[in-house]
Order: sequence, then C-alpha cells, then structure tokens
Amino acid sequence: MATGVQVDHRVRPLDQVGDTIARLITLVFAASIVLAAVLIVSVLWKDSAPAREKLGWGFLISSQWNPVTEQFGGLPFIYGTVVTSVLALLISVPLGLGSAIFLSELAPPRLSSALTFLIELLAAIPSVIYGLLAIFTLVPLMRVYIEPFLRSTLGFLPLFQGLAYGVGYLTAGVILAIMTLPFIISVSRESLLAVPREQREAALALGATSWETTWKVVVPYARLGIMGSIFLGLARALGETMAVTMVIGNSSAIHASLFAPGHTIAAVIANEFAEATGDVYKGVLIELGLVLFCLTIILNGLARLMILATTGKGSRRA
Amino acid sequence: MKSRGFRKAVNNVMLTLTGIFTVITVSSLFVILGYLLFNGGKSLDWNFFTKLPLSPGEEGGGMANAIVGSAVIVGLAALIGIPVGFLAGVYLSEYESKAFASVVRYVADLLNGVPSIVIGIVAWTLVVVPMRSFSALAAAVGLAIMLIPIVTRQTEQFLREVPNSLREGALALGAHKWRMIATVVVPAGSKGVLTGMILGIARVAGETAPLLFTAFNNQFWTDSLRQPVATLPVQIYMRATSPYDDWHRQAWAAGLVLIALVLVSNIAARIVLARGVSVPRG
Repeated sequence: MATGVQVDHRVRPLDQVGDTIARLITLVFAASIVLAAVLIVSVLWKDSAPAREKLGWGFLISSQWNPVTEQFGGLPFIYGTVVTSVLALLISVPLGLGSAIFLSELAPPRLSSALTFLIELLAAIPSVIYGLLAIFTLVPLMRVYIEPFLRSTLGFLPLFQGLAYGVGYLTAGVILAIMTLPFIISVSRESLLAVPREQREAALALGATSWETTWKVVVPYARLGIMGSIFLGLARALGETMAVTMVIGNSSAIHASLFAPGHTIAAVIANEFAEATGDVYKGVLIELGLVLFCLTIILNGLARLMILATTGKGSRRA
Repeated sequence: MKSRGFRKAVNNVMLTLTGIFTVITVSSLFVILGYLLFNGGKSLDWNFFTKLPLSPGEEGGGMANAIVGSAVIVGLAALIGIPVGFLAGVYLSEYESKAFASVVRYVADLLNGVPSIVIGIVAWTLVVVPMRSFSALAAAVGLAIMLIPIVTRQTEQFLREVPNSLREGALALGAHKWRMIATVVVPAGSKGVLTGMILGIARVAGETAPLLFTAFNNQFWTDSLRQPVATLPVQIYMRATSPYDDWHRQAWAAGLVLIALVLVSNIAARIVLARGVSVPRG
C-alpha cells in the first residue's frame, strides 16, 4: 500500500529481554510484600526475646504492673482490650446490621449508595481526630449525664457502680463503636446485596412480610458475610490505638466498673514505649504487641475467608 | 401463627428502626464534622501556618514545623511505598501465577489489618535503633509499610477493570507483553490507579500511632531526616491531652486542617471514580 506507513520489522533487542526483566521486577516487588510480613513477625519475635526468657508467657495472666519494681503483668491490658472491644460490638453490631438492612433492602439504590459513601467517610477520619472529639465532647457527656443515669437505673450491677470519671472502659467502648460501624455496615450491606433475588421473591410469595423475609431468609443467607464484617470490626477495635489511648484513662489495674479508667494493649504501648527503659520493659511491651498482632491476624484471616465465601470478593481478585 | 395485625406491626416497627439506625449512623458524621468546623474554625488563624510552637502554657504560636514535618514524612513514605505497591499490583494483575499470587493477595490484606501501633514498633526496631535517634526517616518507613498493601490492592483492582480486548489488541499488533502493559494497560487504568494512590496516601497521612516513637516530636525546625520531627497528628494528640486551654485551641485548629486534607482527597477521589475508569468496560 502506498500510504507511506512504515512498518518497523527490526526486532529491538530491548523487547527480547524486556519481558523477562519486567516479570522479574514485578515479581520481586510482589514477593517483598510477603517478606514485609515475615519481617514484622521476626522483628516482634526477636525483640520480645528478653521478656519471653525472663517472664515466659505466664505474665499474660498476672495482673501486677509496676515497671519500677520490674513487675510486669499483662492481664489489665488484655482485660481492657477485650472489654472495650466487646462493648464496642454490643453497640455497633445492632446499629450496623440495622443500617445495612435499611441500605440493602429498603433504600432506593441512589439513596443507598449516597448514604453508604457518607458512612464510609467515617472510616476515613483519622483515629486521632476521634480521640480529639471524644476528649472534649464525649467525656464530659459521659461524666455528667450518661454514667450517672446508668448508675441510677442499672446501679445494682457491679458493672455500673462507682465514680463517674468520664474517661474509662465505657467511653472507649462508645468511641470504638462509632469507629467500627463503617466496616460492619459496608461489608454487611455487600453481603446482603449478594443474596439472590429469588430468595426474597419466594418468601414474599409465601406471604411473609418484608421484615420476615429480611430477618428469616435474607439475613441467614448472608450470615457468613455478616459474621465476617463483625470479625473485621472486632479486629479494628482490638488494634485501635489513638482514640482509645486518649479516653481510656491509663490505669494499669483491673476495675469491675465500666466507668473506671483502664488500659488496653495498644494504649499501653503508645503511652509507655518511648520512655520504657531496659530490655525487659521494652520486651514486655513488644510481647504484648505480638499478642495483639496474632489476634488481629487470626480475626482478619477468618473474616476474609468468610467474606470471600459470601460475596465472592474478599481476598480473591479484588 | 401470630395474628396478621401483630405481624404487620412488627414489620413496621422493625423497618422503621433500621431507618432510625441509619439516620443515627449518618448523623454521627455530620456531628463530627460540625464540631470540628465550629471549634477548629474559631481557633484557626494565620499564625497557625507560619509560627513555631511556643513553650507549654504560653499563648499563641503555630504549627508551621509540624505541617512541613508531616508533608516531608508522607512524601517520603509515598516515594518508597508507591513504586513498590504499584509494581506488586501490576504483578498480581498481569503476571498471575495462581498459587503465589493468591498468597501475596492474602498477605497484603492481612498486612492491611495489622494495628498501626505494631507497625510503629517495627519501624522503631528497623530504623530508630540502628540510627540511634528518632527520625523522619523512621516514620516514613513505618508509613510506607502501611501504604504498600493499600496501593498494591488498589492497583490490581483497577488494572483488572481494563478490558481484555485491549490487551489482546496490543498483543495481536505484535507488542511484547511488557510494552503492552506499559503503553496500553497502565495508561487505560491510570485514573483508577491514581485515585487509589491518593486514597492510600490520605489514609496514612492521618496515622498517629506509628509516629509516636519514630518521628517523636520537635519544638523547632529541623533540616535533617535523621532527627526527630514534629507532625500534625502527634501535635493533635499531645495538645489535646495537655492541660492548657490555648493548646486545646490549637489541637482543634490542627484537627480541622488534617480532616480537611483527608476529606477533600477522599471526596475528590470518589468524584473522579464516579465518572468511571477511562475506558468503557468490555
């Protein structure tokens, strides 16, 4: 053809090796992700060695914490972490599941995606900002209104007795609830949306009300994904650092009352790591970090598998 | 069987309740933003951006060094994290060898869920201990470790949305695979990939826990990456938990600046994405 287009038939040497090189380079970087994970585990393991040799794992069930006299008991932190996370889920699971049902079953699609976007913005707010707001708004609110109210109504339980400090397990639980909500809602909503239409139509055709259809058919069908979203939220709550550190009250003892100040694993690391002196003290904090790391990895791992089974997303091709 | 009226009542109550729950959740966002805007707005002034912090208890001063410090650390983290994450993402999307790729994918997701305070410990061990000093570099390494899995997964996701017909077209024209990736696939998915990177950077920019014992804090300017440096998130933490009113005021101002940066990048990213990836799906 006389179009003047010249086809370049020379084989460029770069092309021949280019494929191999490109594949190798990207492979190396992909492998570096796995290496990073291995690195994290080995760093935590190696740095906690002084503590593991001196105290073993038994320190996790001792409740005496006094770094000055080298008494290291991890129980107050584990207790605080578990209590605040459970409180958070007690609030965020009903709220989150309810919202997810509204967004997937009732709201028109456009409204649903607009609201979901707003809810997901909650997840983008940095943790330290939650802490800032909590200190100046939630803490006074808890001290003046909510905690006295709970004490006068549910005060017969040891959980709701004692002084209302404002800072403590309950306040940390509330702030964690708000922070875990977006994860629970967005994953639960996707799981509910993945339930086949026929399931709903069949239930409705049998005469079920909308609520019965949702609660007895749709929710059970999506239960694995919903469980996954709860695990994901729990993992977030366990590892959450700044907001909790700012409102938990930093008391290294176990208190029965939810109003009392406490401590969590993440908070004690944030508070004491920079000034921890001596290999054992630092090692204990790192060992606590290792415990936290393992917990969140297990929960995340389970959550991803559950979500994968329900929505076909999770860790498979994004 | 319960009566029809009862079932209808339950239906209405429960459905209304789900609506109320949604309103509560969404309104918490507006309460948060409203408070920040109100308290931050009245605290923000020009000094905040231009002056150094004063000693505790003194009125006035700003956070100029913290703003620059944050920018330097986040920039450095992006410099390390973005290329690594991007190339790993290209591997997952284009050179999939099944077993290994799913391992990488799973590990990336797990890394994403590692508590940020643990990442802080790792960065401390890897950089602060050998260099014998808190430093901007250590903080950047910590943030980069957090950034890599985010960028990897986002890159993979958006490159996968590039239709296969484009790949086949390029190969059929005789392009080698690496040329096809560099000149066809990546440009076609670039909008989404860029958005993903921006979201990732916005996410790590607000992180505080990994900075506490890596960047630490600094009252003054520093021109070295090997020295402790002030950052916005750590300043918010320090000031909010201090007993001084003027420091509280500055914490609000810093909070407003930080949230503005994070939200603007998030919303901008969604708007760009809402217009779709730059090629129609095939």
